[in-house]
Amino acid sequence: MLITRKAEFSASHICRNPRLSDAENRALFGAAANPHGHGHNYVLEVSVEGTPDPVTGMVLDLKALKETLNREVVEIYDHRFLNREVAPFDHVIPTPENIAIDIWNRLQPHLNGPCGKLHGVRIYETPDLYVDYFGDAA
Amino acid sequence: MSASIDVTRKYRFAASHRLHAPELGDAENRELYGKCNNPYGHGHNYEIAVTVRGPVDARSGSVVDIALLDGLVRSEVLEPFDHRNLNEEVEAFGAAVPTSENLGREVVRRLKRNWPAVFSADGPRLERVAIAETSRNAFEVSAHEIE
Repeated sequence: MLITRKAEFSASHICRNPRLSDAENRALFGAAANPHGHGHNYVLEVSVEGTPDPVTGMVLDLKALKETLNREVVEIYDHRFLNREVAPFDHVIPTPENIAIDIWNRLQPHLNGPCGKLHGVRIYETPDLYVDYFGDAA
Repeated sequence: MSASIDVTRKYRFAASHRLHAPELGDAENRELYGKCNNPYGHGHNYEIAVTVRGPVDARSGSVVDIALLDGLVRSEVLEPFDHRNLNEEVEAFGAAVPTSENLGREVVRRLKRNWPAVFSADGPRLERVAIAETSRNAFEVSAHEIE
């Protein structure tokens, strides 16, 4: 069974590859290459896979999952300039693809026990654009 | 080879259609399709979600150039479908009933047909298309089930 919990954070970023020229970055990333940065209201959906406990009827304690998402992701990402304030985005381009991978890496050590395993990370950059990451094994 | 990621982009168009199977009689069509068989047609605000799968390109940090995907969807789907009568103005629906099922397959067919002109062979692949005729239903077509 899959359980999905949603969280939101707002952050700014620049999509720019330092190995490319300004013109190449502009061609590749368009408005997202603006050197002053810009922001989004990101929506995160984290899915955990597990079997309901016969006594509690629950796969996991949703309150604990909420606290994990807050501690490991929202408190770190919310109202931050990702390129300047959140590792690894000092050297990794903060595209939604790379954000999904980073969030997976932050959550996976905390969601791999008997009470559910991390199944997928979905991150919406806008309501019309999202990415799904299911880990290296997928 | 880096990990594979799915990128999904949503698009909208508004179109009219009529569900009527020519192999069936008028009474059978009314029974089968109900209000959707109204001879004058009716319309929807369609939403389609196009999912693309691939590795993250090291240069761009992205799976797919969204501007290229937007351009392909615009020329192959939005321009021919938006504010059109699907039965009358889209060739595929002269023969096939423009249900969401057939519409989803036609969108996949159109995108796959023109994919190699836009994306390289080792670039992102079309994974699936989901189409919602209204906000209360959704149809998903895997790109692998369509030639």
